[in-house]
Amino acid sequence: MLGRGTVAATGAPYGAGGPSDAPSEKGSGAGLNGSLPREPLLRVEAVSKRFKVSGRTLRAVERVSFELAAGQTLGLVGESGSGKSTLGRLVLRLLEADEGKVVFQGEDLARLSTNKMRARRRHMQIIFQDPLASLNPRMTVGVAIEDAMSVQNIGGSSAERRRRTEELLARVGLPASAVYAYPFELSGGQQQRVGIARALSVGPQLVVCDEPISSLDVSVQVQIIELLRELRKELGITYIFISHNLAVVQLLSDNVLVMYLGEVVEQASAADIFSRPHHPYTRALLRSVLKVPESAAARTPLAVLPGEMPSPLSPPPGCPYHPRCPLATSRCKEEKPVLRDVSGGHMAACHYAEKVAATPAAVTGLAAST
Amino acid sequence: MAEDLLSVQDLHTEFERGDGTVYAVNGISFSVAPGETLGIVGESGSGKSVSVLSIMGLLRGNGQVTEGTAKFMGKDLLRLRRRQLEDMRGRDIGMIFQDPMTSLNPTMRIGDQITEVMLSHQYTNRKGAFNRTLQLLEEVGIPEGKARFRSYPHEFSGGMRQRVMIAMAIACEPQLLIADEPTTALDVTVQTQILALLRELQQKRRMSIILITHDFGVATNFCDRIIVMYAGKVMESAPLDGFLRRSAHPYTIGLKRSVIEVGTQSHQLKAIPGMAMALTEPPRACPFAGRCDLAARRCREELPELRAIGGDHYVACHRAEEVLAAGATLDNLMAGGVVSAG
Ligand SMILES: Nc1ncnc2c1ncn2[C@@H]1O[C@H](COP(=O)(O)OP(=O)(O)OP(=O)(O)O)[C@@H](O)[C@H]1O
Ligand SMILES: Nc1ncnc2c1ncn2[C@@H]1O[C@H](COP(=O)(O)OP(=O)(O)OP(=O)(O)O)[C@@H](O)[C@H]1O
Ligand code: SF4
Ligand code: SF4
Ligand SMILES: [Mg+2]
Ligand SMILES: [Mg+2]
Repeated sequence: MLGRGTVAATGAPYGAGGPSDAPSEKGSGAGLNGSLPREPLLRVEAVSKRFKVSGRTLRAVERVSFELAAGQTLGLVGESGSGKSTLGRLVLRLLEADEGKVVFQGEDLARLSTNKMRARRRHMQIIFQDPLASLNPRMTVGVAIEDAMSVQNIGGSSAERRRRTEELLARVGLPASAVYAYPFELSGGQQQRVGIARALSVGPQLVVCDEPISSLDVSVQVQIIELLRELRKELGITYIFISHNLAVVQLLSDNVLVMYLGEVVEQASAADIFSRPHHPYTRALLRSVLKVPESAAARTPLAVLPGEMPSPLSPPPGCPYHPRCPLATSRCKEEKPVLRDVSGGHMAACHYAEKVAATPAAVTGLAAST
Repeated sequence: MAEDLLSVQDLHTEFERGDGTVYAVNGISFSVAPGETLGIVGESGSGKSVSVLSIMGLLRGNGQVTEGTAKFMGKDLLRLRRRQLEDMRGRDIGMIFQDPMTSLNPTMRIGDQITEVMLSHQYTNRKGAFNRTLQLLEEVGIPEGKARFRSYPHEFSGGMRQRVMIAMAIACEPQLLIADEPTTALDVTVQTQILALLRELQQKRRMSIILITHDFGVATNFCDRIIVMYAGKVMESAPLDGFLRRSAHPYTIGLKRSVIEVGTQSHQLKAIPGMAMALTEPPRACPFAGRCDLAARRCREELPELRAIGGDHYVACHRAEEVLAAGATLDNLMAGGVVSAG
C-alpha cells in the first residue's frame, strides 16, 4: 500500500489553505471557521467557450462562475453535452477560454507563460473521461506514469519512481505486474485506474475527475472513492468531480453545479441540491436515477423525460429548459431566467424556483414508457 | 421455450504476452433467447468485453479463442470464415463498443460513419441511408442531425459519441445487439431515453440484447437475466428475480453490498476486501477464495462448477446452499466460515 503521505512526499507545496485548514471531511472549507476570508484555490469568472460547427456557433460553456476552496470538492452534473468536460478543460487551460478568466492560487492562468503554465500543470491534473484515448498506445503503464513524474522532476531516481508507481497501482487495485502492460492489454476499468494513478502520481493540488469511476465495478468504485477521500483528508487535495452518477456526487461533493446547455442552472451545497432542488431539470435528473428494485415484480416502467433534446446550436429562446418543463408559462418562452439566489446562497436559474421547491416532487414531467 | 438466438458454450480465450499467457476467459457459457435481454455484470477485468469480442471475431492479434462454440442462428460464429462473419457483424449482430472514441474513426464525419454501415451491408441505397441517418440521430437524441452529420467525433461530447455508436449499431436492425457499457457517459435522463428506445426496438422486432454494465440500476431495471463474472468465469446466472432475492454466490452478495445509491452515507461504503488476481494461469480452485469470508479448504483445492440450484438459477460456489439458507443471517455464517476455513 502507498504509505500515508507518500503523495505529499513529492514535495507538493500546499495551496492557499494549507494542511492545517484542509477539512478533515467534506462540508467545511478552508477559511470558513471564522478566519479571515482569503483567496480561494480556484476562482472561475464568467468563462465562455464557443465552437464553430458547420459554420454555426455552438455555445459549449456560457458564462460559468464558481469558487473552490482548497480541500473542497465541487460536483459537476448535468445533461450529456452540456459542457462539463469543456469546463474542466478550460479550468486546466487545456482549452483557451473565449471570455472570462480562471484564477488559480491568485494567478490568472491565461497570463502565464508556457513555461510557467507547464510548472503549474503539476498542481492541476485531470483524469480523462476517455482513458484509452488519453494513454499513449506505445508506452507501457509503468513508463507512462514514470514519465509523468519525471517531466515534473518528481520521485527522485528511476528506481524510486518505479516503486512509487507500483504503490500507486496497488492503491487503485492493480497488481504490480500492470507496469509492463500496454493500454490495449487492459480492460476499460483497468485503463481508467491507470489514468487515476497517473494523475495522482505528481502530487496535484487540484484534480479534475471526468467520469473517473463509471467504468469500474461497484466494489472498485468504492475503493477509488475511499482513495479520493483519503487523499483529500491527508493532503487537502481539491477535486472537481464530473459524473453522471448522482449518488457518488452526493457522497463526495461539498457543492454541486448543475449544467444544462452550457449554462449553470442550479448551484448549491450538495445537501441542498439533493434535498431541496429548485430547478425543474435538477428534479427530473434526480427522479430519473434508476434504483435497484427489491424484486422483479417491484420494477417500475422507465420514466422518460419527454420532448426533444435541445440543440446547443440553436438553444430555445427564453428559458432553455422550457420545451421540456412541466411548469413552463408564456413568460418562460420569452424571458430568460438569470441565475439568482433563491434561498441563503442556493442559486437557481428559474423564474419560479420558489414554487418549484414547494411543488410535490412527483411533478417532473417524466412520462412512463411501455 | 423458444430456441436460443445465441448459445455460447465453454468459451476459452487467451492472450499471449511477452511474459506469458493471460487466461482472460476460462470456460464461460450463456445463451440468449429471441427478445431476451441478458445483463452481464462483474469484476473489472473479468473478461466481459473479451467474451463478446471473441464471439464477434474482433480479438486483437495476440488473443485467441482456444475452446468453445458460439451458435448464432444455427451457425458457429467461432468457425465462420472471416468474410461470413464480417457480413453478419453490423447486419445481424450490432455492437456498441465500450470505448466510443477509439472505435469511431476520428478522420471520418459522424454521418458518413453511420451511412457507411448501411451501405456496406446493402441495407439501403445512398439516399435511404442518408435519411435514415438523420432519423437515427434524432432517435438517439442528437438534434439538428443535418448540421451534426458533418461533425467529427472529437467535436462531440463523450455521451454524444456513445449515442453515435448506438445509432450505428441499430442502423441495420440487427437480431442481436451487444452493448458494452452503452450508457456510462450519459446523464440519467438520456440514459432512460436510450433504454426506452432499445426496449421499443426489442418489442417491435424481437431483438435480443446482451448488455454489459457496472450499473446495477440499469442491469436490474432493464434485463431479464443477469450473469455475474469473476476471473474469466461465470459465478452466478439467474433470472432477474432470483438475482434480486436469492443471490447464492458470495461475490454477487459482496457486489450488491458495494452498490452506492442516492442517500448512501460514507460510513456505509463497503468494498470487497482484497484485490482481483492476475490471470496468469487458469483457475484450478475457486478464484474468489482469497477474498471470500466463507472460503473453506475445499474452496482452495477444488474448482466449483457452475451448477443448477433450481428455478433456472446457476451458481459456481461449493457453499451455495448454505449461503441461500442463511439469507439475511449470512453475516453469521460468514463469521462461522472463517473459523471452518481454519
Ligand atoms: N472541439 C469541438 N468542436 C466542436 N464542438 C465541440 C468540441 N468539443 C465539444 N464540443 C461541443 O460542446 C458541447 C459540450 O461538450 P462537452 O464534451 O463539454 O459535454 P459534456 O457535458 O462533457 O458531455 P458528456 O456528459 O456527454 O461527456 C457539445 O455539444 C459538443 O458537441
Ligand atoms: N490484448 C490483450 N493482451 C493481454 N491481455 C488482455 C488483452 N485484452 C484484454 N486483456 C486482459 O483480459 C482480461 C479481461 O479483459 P476485459 O476487457 O474482458 O475485462 P472486462 O470484464 O470487460 O473489464 P471492464 O469492466 O474493466 O471493462 C483483463 O485482465 C485484461 O487485462
Ligand atoms: S423558467 Fe420556466 S421553463 Fe424554465 S425551468 Fe423555470 S418554470 Fe421551467
Ligand atoms: S466456493 Fe468457497 S471460496 Fe468460492 S465463493 Fe463459494 S464459499 Fe467462497
Ligand atoms: Mg464529458
Ligand atoms: Mg470491458
